[in-house]
Amino acid sequence: MPPLETDIAIRLSDVLVRFGKTELRFDGAIGKGQIVAVTGASGSGKSTLLNVIAGFETPDAGSVEILGEDVAGRDPAERPVSVIFQEHNLFSHLDIGTNIGLGIDPSLRLGVKERARIAAALGRVGLDGFGKRMPPTLSGGERQRVALARALVRRKPVLLLDEPFAALDPGLRAGMSSLLLDLHRQEGNTMLIITHHPDDVRALADSVLFLDEGRILLHEPTAQFLDRGDIPAVTRFLGK
Amino acid sequence: MTEGGKFRQSPNYNRKQYKAIMINRTERHFTLAAGALCLGGIVLFVCMAAYALLAFDAPGTPGDGAVFDAYVWRVARFTLLQASLSTLLSILFAIPVARALARQTGFFGRVWIIRLMTLPLGLPALVAALGLIGIWGRQGALNTAFAALGLDQPISIYGLSGILLAHVFFNMPLAARLMLGGLERIPGEYWLVGANLGMRPLSIFRFIEWPAIRGLVPGIAGLIFMLCATSFTLVLILGGGPAASTIEVAIYQALRFDFDPPRAIALSLLQIAVTSALLVAIRLLTPKADDGHGGGRKVRRFDGRHGFGRIGDWLVIALAVLFIALPLASVISSGLRSDLIRLAGDTMVQRALVTSIVIAVVSSLLCVVATAVMIRARQAAMAPRHPLALHRGLAAAISASSSLVLLVPPVVLGAGWFLLLRPLGDVAVFTPLLVVLINMLMALPFVYRVLEPAMTTHSARTARLAASLGLGGWNRFRFIDWPALRKPVLMALSFACALSLGDLGAVALFGSQDMVTLPWLLYSRMASYRSTDAAGLALFLGLVCLVLTIAGTPSATNNDKGRHDAAA
Repeated sequence: MPPLETDIAIRLSDVLVRFGKTELRFDGAIGKGQIVAVTGASGSGKSTLLNVIAGFETPDAGSVEILGEDVAGRDPAERPVSVIFQEHNLFSHLDIGTNIGLGIDPSLRLGVKERARIAAALGRVGLDGFGKRMPPTLSGGERQRVALARALVRRKPVLLLDEPFAALDPGLRAGMSSLLLDLHRQEGNTMLIITHHPDDVRALADSVLFLDEGRILLHEPTAQFLDRGDIPAVTRFLGK
Repeated sequence: MTEGGKFRQSPNYNRKQYKAIMINRTERHFTLAAGALCLGGIVLFVCMAAYALLAFDAPGTPGDGAVFDAYVWRVARFTLLQASLSTLLSILFAIPVARALARQTGFFGRVWIIRLMTLPLGLPALVAALGLIGIWGRQGALNTAFAALGLDQPISIYGLSGILLAHVFFNMPLAARLMLGGLERIPGEYWLVGANLGMRPLSIFRFIEWPAIRGLVPGIAGLIFMLCATSFTLVLILGGGPAASTIEVAIYQALRFDFDPPRAIALSLLQIAVTSALLVAIRLLTPKADDGHGGGRKVRRFDGRHGFGRIGDWLVIALAVLFIALPLASVISSGLRSDLIRLAGDTMVQRALVTSIVIAVVSSLLCVVATAVMIRARQAAMAPRHPLALHRGLAAAISASSSLVLLVPPVVLGAGWFLLLRPLGDVAVFTPLLVVLINMLMALPFVYRVLEPAMTTHSARTARLAASLGLGGWNRFRFIDWPALRKPVLMALSFACALSLGDLGAVALFGSQDMVTLPWLLYSRMASYRSTDAAGLALFLGLVCLVLTIAGTPSATNNDKGRHDAAA
């Protein structure tokens, strides 16, 4: 059942992105407050889809609407989205508190209130007292939590995650998934998460966007997707 | 060896990260405009000089055919001859040195020997020439020793032999270091296999070492040939007359002594033709340049551990160390014997010092800022998925500019501007500005090579993140760019300062009573046989330039640190 117009967080209408000879076309809508897993083989256009929404890529045609507003011509920072990448989410020469503070004010004018928010955000991701530490002294999982904390202080209604767990060990992945779910329940934000792992899909997603050769092949509830046996690309992904 | 490419470690960013150079729209336009302005200024400066040379219309100029007279051709022939011989000798001597150092991996002080081999390149040519004269010259240590043995001055430092000696002094260590880097990139298993198969030293050289070196030789040879063909100071001092003069020195003499602009023009055009042919040849012949690090990794080798191999290696290493260290020692010892305190009080010296420092600081700042702006503009131009043709052109022009600058050597640039400004009155008025600009251009290729990789990596790592947080302009510079790029920027500054401080070429044409730099003062004191003054100045100048160059050269440990930071 397609979501109601007012419940749509992100709408892509006939978006066209050209890289040399390859063309990617995206068309679809994502409901508010959903966690959507974006999957598909490498090169199927997952990252491009996220980059188009975040404003890192400008489409050659079509429009992107976020929360009912056309975002064409808006710089990444002017869109109501936060982004978490696979790695390099933190500036390694700035301490953890400063890295989060940049999410509150890019000119780093931080008062007592802002510092309290930073400390609270660190607490919520389980990194109490990490504010003065430097990124290289943290583990990969801890660094991703800091990125999450920064997304929390930015309070953007849409959170885009580009393979956020890809560099983590399996044990850490599970922990990160449940943290992500907790935060999602508290914030009620819309999340798009690129992942290669059926486990992440199962644990996190309300629905699945499956991409194949630069097209959105499927967008359906997670249970239905996981049961599929009819599309070769999907069965290959699920490892059936 | 075809596998050569695999050993070369390069940071392997995937495409999507590389592509992500985001800046906001107004900032992008501003960056592009600033980059175009810098590029335009540089191109204009070079082209005006070239135009002045081409358009110069001297009264009573004979026909074009006569300008390229026998003298000009002789100079051209000598330039190429000495460059070829210098290159050949540097490479021939470098091979055994590199091999010996690669085989003897474990001895104490090895790393210092490798560091010693980096010193000549940081030394101003003038200072090195003084050191070489101290050892190989008429009253030098070697000839004195030979005289004591009853031989009659068998070695002459002046003329072709002196030029070759100096060029080998500068370039053999460079070649040896680059080759050593190549040898150390050979996987350790090769030595295990070689030992297991019982390969003799000769077959090890033929099948393992030589293939690794062979791939590097064209690049090294091209580099050395270019350095030798455009060598000015060494030839000026050690050439010892018109019989042994390179094109650059001949241009200088034509303008400064004979005042024969047509001849200077003919020579300049010839020089441009030679350097462009060389640049094209280097582009075509050489694989991607390698940064030449090495000397850090521990490798276990099973050959050359005893017997003749080991003794031979030691002999080669000892000779190389003596060859490099003796002239340096000569500079130090004669420098210390001079009256340093009186020199420090000499007003002429003080003025020269101030002039040199001002020129060096201004030119290196200009160079680093202009280069950084151009690199940034290049990134901004290529950021969109489909860059405009205009922006693509700008980006290509910027990357080409760093090597195009090499095309017009300092003396040629100076000659052009000399002719251009002469009708306006006293050239001396413009001298400081010209020297600053010429020094800036000289440093540009080096500064570009230091800054470009650092800025590319930095941008790949931070650009999308900064854009998504709305960090732009001053905030991004203050919090993100400056802290991360401070080190490479300071390194580039330091290197550019050293180049400018040690430079004689740009000053030589314009030098006068009003415009005395340290190298110029050193040169005039040498010329007027005040050799103790010269020795003191050389020691000071050599030390300052060495320190600046060492500070300006990326070390292997710095790289490791960079890699560690990248993990965050």
